[in-house]
Amino acid sequence: MNISAIIFYAIATLILGSALLAVTSLKIFRSAIWLLFSLVGIAALYFWMQVEFIAAIQIVVYVGGIVVLIIFSIFLTQQSGNKMAKPATPKIIFSALAALLGTAFTFNLINHYGFNTLSAQPFNSSVSEIGTQMLSTTSYGFILPFEVVSMLLLAAMVGCIVIAMKPTSADIVHLNKKED
Amino acid sequence: MNEIPLTHILFLSTALFFIGMYGLFTRRNLITMLMSIELMLNSVNINFVAFNKYLFPDQLDGLFFSLFIITIAAAEAAVAIAIIINLYRSHQSIDVDDATEMKF
Repeated sequence: MNISAIIFYAIATLILGSALLAVTSLKIFRSAIWLLFSLVGIAALYFWMQVEFIAAIQIVVYVGGIVVLIIFSIFLTQQSGNKMAKPATPKIIFSALAALLGTAFTFNLINHYGFNTLSAQPFNSSVSEIGTQMLSTTSYGFILPFEVVSMLLLAAMVGCIVIAMKPTSADIVHLNKKED
Repeated sequence: MNEIPLTHILFLSTALFFIGMYGLFTRRNLITMLMSIELMLNSVNINFVAFNKYLFPDQLDGLFFSLFIITIAAAEAAVAIAIIINLYRSHQSIDVDDATEMKF
């Protein structure tokens, strides 16, 4: 067992342990912090797999964006020190049973499927290679999905503003007129 | 690097996916359910990157898929949190058991 394997198992323990605490902790703020640790662990796993660009994106988007958004919404919607109600015991038992059975089934499938990993080519995931392949206009390029996803982000941004906007007094008057 | 077989990374992502599923089943709070969904999406991303690196190192399609998944997850989280805040304004609660007007 060399140092790379030890690092992998340490990262795996970090990811799974903090994910387990994130879904079982009864204090919602602690749950968000454990989720943060789990996401950082996943970024470390990407670094370990030497896909540095994805690791950087993971840290910027998930750790810097989504977790901060979740923590803000926790502060906006409830008292973060309060404990959440414990889920009912039968529900815990059946959910754990379903998760364990699913895990065992998938482990069995993965274990018996022989993956053919004898590929000789080196794996080049430098940023310039990613950019060239993603934005190429040949038949294997991803330029169309790239543009579509930018439209999706714009639509999501506008949608978020519209949904979360406080109704103005003019809107309320309008609604009252409609009800009359 | 090559001492770790692909199956061990797949075991990790499978365990992470089912931890997220357990959280989705047991939690009743919308924000914590959203966190569980983020865990599941991340396990899928690990799978894409690992398959790309170990099985098809001459292409980068797996990386592109995980990039798109990260983008869409960010948009999804933003819209979900806007809806949650709006729900909190009208119901004073973000528990799924308290928002049952459309339940048949």
